Amino acid sequence: MKSVLSLRLNERARDDVVADNLLLVDYLREACGLTGTKIGCDGGECGACTVLVDGQPRHSCLTLAAQVQGAHVETVEGLGANGRMGALQRGFHEKLGAQCGFCTPGMIMAAEGLLRANPDPSDAEIQAGLAANICRCTGYVKIIEAVRQAATESRT
Amino acid sequence: MSVAESLPNSATIGVPQPLVDGPEKVTGRAKFSADFQAADQCLGRVLRSPHAHARILSIDTSAAEAMAGVDAVVTGADVAASYGVLPIAMNEYAIARDRVRYRGEPVAAVAACDAQTAEAALRAIRVEYEVLPAQFHAADSLRDGAAVLHEEKPDNVERRVDFELGDVDAGFAEADLVLEREFFNAEVCQVQMEPHATFAEWDGEREELTVHTCTQVPFYVHLMLARTLEMEKSRIRVVKPHIGGGFGCRTETLNVELIAALLARKAGGTVRLISNREETFITHRGRPETTTKLKMGLAKDGRITAVVCETLQRGGAYSGYGIVTILYAGSLLYGLYTLPAVRYLGQRVLTNTPPCGAFRGHGTVNTRFAFESLLDELAAGLDLDPFAVRRANLLTAPTMTENDLLVNSYGLDECLDWAERASGWRERKGTLGPGRGLGMACSHYVSGASKPKHWTGEPHATVNLKLDFDGSITLLTGAAEIGQGSSTVLAQCAAETLGVDMSRIRVVASDSRLTPKDNGSYSSRVTYMVGNAAIDAAENLKAVLIEAAARKLEATPEEIECLGESFRRGSQDQGLSFEQATAAALEGTGTLTVKGVFETRPESWGGKKYRGAAIGGTMAFSYAAQVVEVAVDADTGEIEVVKVWVAHDCGRALNPLAVEGQVQGSVWMGLGQAMTEETRFHDGLPITANMLDYRVPTILDSPPIEVGIVEARDPYGPFGAKEAGEGSLSGFLPALTAAVADALGVRADALPLTPERLLELLEDAPKRRRH
Ligand code: FES
Ligand code: FES
Repeated sequence: MKSVLSLRLNERARDDVVADNLLLVDYLREACGLTGTKIGCDGGECGACTVLVDGQPRHSCLTLAAQVQGAHVETVEGLGANGRMGALQRGFHEKLGAQCGFCTPGMIMAAEGLLRANPDPSDAEIQAGLAANICRCTGYVKIIEAVRQAATESRT
Repeated sequence: MSVAESLPNSATIGVPQPLVDGPEKVTGRAKFSADFQAADQCLGRVLRSPHAHARILSIDTSAAEAMAGVDAVVTGADVAASYGVLPIAMNEYAIARDRVRYRGEPVAAVAACDAQTAEAALRAIRVEYEVLPAQFHAADSLRDGAAVLHEEKPDNVERRVDFELGDVDAGFAEADLVLEREFFNAEVCQVQMEPHATFAEWDGEREELTVHTCTQVPFYVHLMLARTLEMEKSRIRVVKPHIGGGFGCRTETLNVELIAALLARKAGGTVRLISNREETFITHRGRPETTTKLKMGLAKDGRITAVVCETLQRGGAYSGYGIVTILYAGSLLYGLYTLPAVRYLGQRVLTNTPPCGAFRGHGTVNTRFAFESLLDELAAGLDLDPFAVRRANLLTAPTMTENDLLVNSYGLDECLDWAERASGWRERKGTLGPGRGLGMACSHYVSGASKPKHWTGEPHATVNLKLDFDGSITLLTGAAEIGQGSSTVLAQCAAETLGVDMSRIRVVASDSRLTPKDNGSYSSRVTYMVGNAAIDAAENLKAVLIEAAARKLEATPEEIECLGESFRRGSQDQGLSFEQATAAALEGTGTLTVKGVFETRPESWGGKKYRGAAIGGTMAFSYAAQVVEVAVDADTGEIEVVKVWVAHDCGRALNPLAVEGQVQGSVWMGLGQAMTEETRFHDGLPITANMLDYRVPTILDSPPIEVGIVEARDPYGPFGAKEAGEGSLSGFLPALTAAVADALGVRADALPLTPERLLELLEDAPKRRRH
């Protein structure tokens, strides 16, 4: 079965005909060409697919496209402005929060969700906010520094 | 050996540099292998063996082939040539022929218009097996009557390494304390975040193949594609796009890469083959389950007098890198301390489990765990401080070890000083209160293997620099950027040498149609070898520019002062801008490409005292010392790592930001192996092939890791640099168990030290040794 999905995707309205069993991550990557969102596991284990749905971090590999009907979905491609990096993107770049960069889109979206809810998180709060996201490169040390820098930059 | 004096004109070297490809990664623009799509692509799927060891009696693919939407079906019959990373041990097939040797080994594959059709086609393939007896641990494969995996290895031993250097018996006689212990390391897997993916395009008209794949070694993939598809190398193009980590998993060609190409050729089109996480685990190439029996003698003054090491590795079903792994495990006993006498017996054993490979710290990690653990216990037994014991065994560079490894630079002493000071070892050790402890250990690693595996007589590294009309410089390299920052460091090396701004250099990497061949990103070779080639190329380009400027300014090249972005004849001269110098250089020749190369020096090629003694030979060793602080709950067995202080001697730190990141990542990967990670099988069935049962540490389990950079400059390293990405991994394991011993008085000889293992240890403690 297929139905029409209407949503806002990175600020833009969009309608697509999608299969009812289509996963949000496949909708984003295959149908919309937004391959920034990654698949790192067989379902719910790694956080690489994290996107924001109405501002809340969500595993797009555990979400059906049909479930975001009418919602605002944000991916890593939507965070910059005027061709410049957003605060978290800049933080991850400058502080080396991204080595291979595969966990990065999910990590940044989880952090974005965190900072919107809590603009001045402690290290423990950053850790709690990113607890569902695995990174295999950094040991997380510089990821925490990246989020800290972004939080400071966004507040000032 | 002191912190390097800063270089003249050092605009980019030694300055923290964010990665040149960072913006792509943080914006989602970076394309990884699974991100490529074509309108007419087919999806590949692999049928895998349900048995750990079986003869394939027949495969019937007719029903699958007849299905609508199925473009190709391949089996072992489609691939006659074996493959493998070591020329002397190519005993694997892209798809099993006649026999499967581990559960999950590919037996067939399909390409179809969509996933559902591909899955249905797999279900329609009929395979008849005759199940054979199987062994899942090294010891079982060594038993009399064990099933033989490969006829040419009737005892199931892939390689036995046996050497004795120095007088071991005399060494033990001289010791004041001799201890012998057996250590165990569970098998671990790289679990790089990106599951394997290959995008293979077959051009039927030209009979050419283009492959985008997630590899650390595009050149080896190229060779193995040519071999298994029986194609001319010139008809193949291998591109490595962004890759989501490697850690050694991708330092050899993987069967899925070959299968994607086989499918594309048979389908006559484009095949996208993406492994899921479970398949990525099964493809494996991790660090083997290892038993290390170690005996060591220590004198009262802290000197190590003799070592006997017996290593048994479960290699899995095929050779892979196995011979190198078991050789490294013995040869790299050396290079860290003075060792007067060593006996080593290593056995790499074939088993019916997925093949192991070259995991970060290749060959050294489990040996180093055993070595540093026993050294710590010996020190305690003689009432010596662990730092003092290390200091009693330091090498003095330059030197050759007993097994002929060249040590040209050595910063371990400084690493020890830093770790001791930063952690407050002297004041804090023994004062932390119940359940808390400090432990320390040292480690080292090579900066590239000095003898390449595929000896062709070519230099170890080649870099091209292209200068064109617009004044931009394109650095062309085959070196695989895998997140370690290789493209950045190469741009730094070229920019520094030319004295130009880094933004003038654009790096194009890892496309066999454009870039010079490179052996790949493994054994920490890139910074040292390719960095030197980049410097060489930049020097050559600089000479061309100076000569052109001299022509324009009517001077001799010697009179020209090169200020990087400008060239002049004496301080009164207005000189030429970079653009003007470029235009002068292109006059009469057009676009310029210059080359730089690097060769290792013969004295670094390792020894000949036993078969395989060249393995371990390197131009330079990195060194590391670390202190781990733990808080242990003796009731639950829960260990919290409070903090790690790690000093790493990487020679000149070309990019201190990337060095820190590499060292933190290494230590943390050691933490995973030490505390939670374990690849397990039940009768050959992988039972940890997902990221919940295989426990990679989360951000909540991960401590602060403070890095001290020590710069014992190497005489031949690029600007004095050595490796940074592997050497500090192995030290974490023994430092952790030493810290737990400090906290609770029990020594863990088996890893990972899960709460269950620790509780068992504590229960048995009265019956067992305590220190
Ligand atoms: S892809 Fe791993 S949690 Fe979604
Ligand atoms: S940067 Fe590679 S997995 Fe996080």
